[in-house]
Amino acid sequence: MSLLIKKSGILTTVQDLGRLGWRPFGVNPNGPMDPVAARISNILVGNDDNAAVLEMHFPAAEIVFTSDTLFSICGGDFGAELDGQALHPWRTLRTEAGSTLRFEQKLDGERCYLAVRGGFDIPLWLGSASTNINAGIGGHHGRPLQAGDELEVKPRDTNIVPSRFPAVSPSLLPRYSRFPTVRIIPGAEFEYLDGESHKSLLRQNFSISKTSNRMGFRLTGEALSLENPREFISSAVCFGTVQLLPDGQLIILMSDQQTAGGYPRIAHVISYDLPLVGQLGAGDKIALHMTDVAEAERLTIQFEKELSFLRVACKFAHR
Amino acid sequence: MSDGYRIFPLGDSALTVEFGNEISVELNERAIALSEYFENNPFPGFIETVPAYASTTIFFDIARVTAAFPDARTAWDAVRLLAENALTHTQDLAVRETRTVEIPIHFDRESALDLDYIAKCHSLKTNDVIQIFTERTYRVFMLGFLPGFTYMAEVDERIATPRKEAPRTAVPKGSIGIAGKQTGIYSLESPGGWQIVGRTDVEMFTPDGERPTLLRAGDSVRFVPAK
Repeated sequence: MSLLIKKSGILTTVQDLGRLGWRPFGVNPNGPMDPVAARISNILVGNDDNAAVLEMHFPAAEIVFTSDTLFSICGGDFGAELDGQALHPWRTLRTEAGSTLRFEQKLDGERCYLAVRGGFDIPLWLGSASTNINAGIGGHHGRPLQAGDELEVKPRDTNIVPSRFPAVSPSLLPRYSRFPTVRIIPGAEFEYLDGESHKSLLRQNFSISKTSNRMGFRLTGEALSLENPREFISSAVCFGTVQLLPDGQLIILMSDQQTAGGYPRIAHVISYDLPLVGQLGAGDKIALHMTDVAEAERLTIQFEKELSFLRVACKFAHR
Repeated sequence: MSDGYRIFPLGDSALTVEFGNEISVELNERAIALSEYFENNPFPGFIETVPAYASTTIFFDIARVTAAFPDARTAWDAVRLLAENALTHTQDLAVRETRTVEIPIHFDRESALDLDYIAKCHSLKTNDVIQIFTERTYRVFMLGFLPGFTYMAEVDERIATPRKEAPRTAVPKGSIGIAGKQTGIYSLESPGGWQIVGRTDVEMFTPDGERPTLLRAGDSVRFVPAK
């Protein structure tokens, strides 16, 4: 079984949940911009959460399946059609050999995930199938997919009726928006902001600038400043870290963030809200709301619990 | 601040122990020792560490830590206790065995893109810059920025040069740069703003080998002019 890229999209990469364990060597994890969509897409076809999926941007790739299989499409809604038939996102779907998957229009979000039962058979690099575009390693030859690429899928039983798979509970679906309010917790250098900037951080609406990519989203807004401008030596950063750049603007570090940086860390988006950020694009807006670690953990633990119910239900679907 | 460190959350899934805000061997050794401790004694839900100049960050899985430490109020509390505990052990922990590696460096015009600029900045001849740069042994304080990129110090005051105002869009692989008193080796081609003093043919990033990088934090480097 394989999948053929008939036309390339603007940025289609292979991602699993990231290359963990190599940060001490400066190797950044990569992984999906919307980890929840990637995980649910896998769960819906009975894969491990960490199986390799395709992360697509719009205009997305045109894809041909070479045999019958189960698949799912989650995350941003790109108006998916299989041989001209509109498809439901966030569902277990079935295709026959030779069918063509197209994405007709961007209805919601900026990143759409495709999981295929069995998962893509990608040679692992340092234990992960994620593409590191900057280093040109991992995923499919270290690069975005192009027309003519063929991706092998690991063999799995596919003779299952999709309707045996459960529906995703609405409480598991991220509340995507073009103008979300996302929750943050203070960063190590939050206290160094001056009084006015402390207020401004939470009061204003920021726009996502055009110079945003998988490494980070630059925000534009009223400039913030430190009480006493000073230099910080390089220290760890992560997915969701909000740094203050020398020009007073903020950047939210995303999936391809480096392992360390030296700009002041003003805040961190909580894990639970990262999918909301991961679906934004240039011109979208965002507001920040302060919460604390206990609340951030509570949301994650509750979510993981619900996700495990879905996982169990999907496993039983093919017993 | 207690006992010369502070602990803070790096988001909800990581914790940083910061020993200070300066480039010093002593602080760096404490950071490396703490990182080594957790890499060798992982707890349930532990993911990885990032040892940096004067801090170590510990990444963890909230749900797994919560399940493993049901008495803790939060996963953050559980990991903070583990870190505080580890710090009482790492005081007397010997730092992992480190190596001194000689790295041949080319100073020809095509390799040493900014050698003339560095010399001009300090009113030196290029040969003086080469002499001053190669007479020191540099400590690898941390890896980061790129897979296998080494942050080393300390460059002699006489040739310390600030980063370029406009970064290059592509610094060739193997380039050796200076940024203030830091020096570093571009393990891969990458955009970058460091002043390029030379270039090496030695592979810094060796993902197919026994270890993914030639150098690790704590190692020492001596640059020798390539034949």
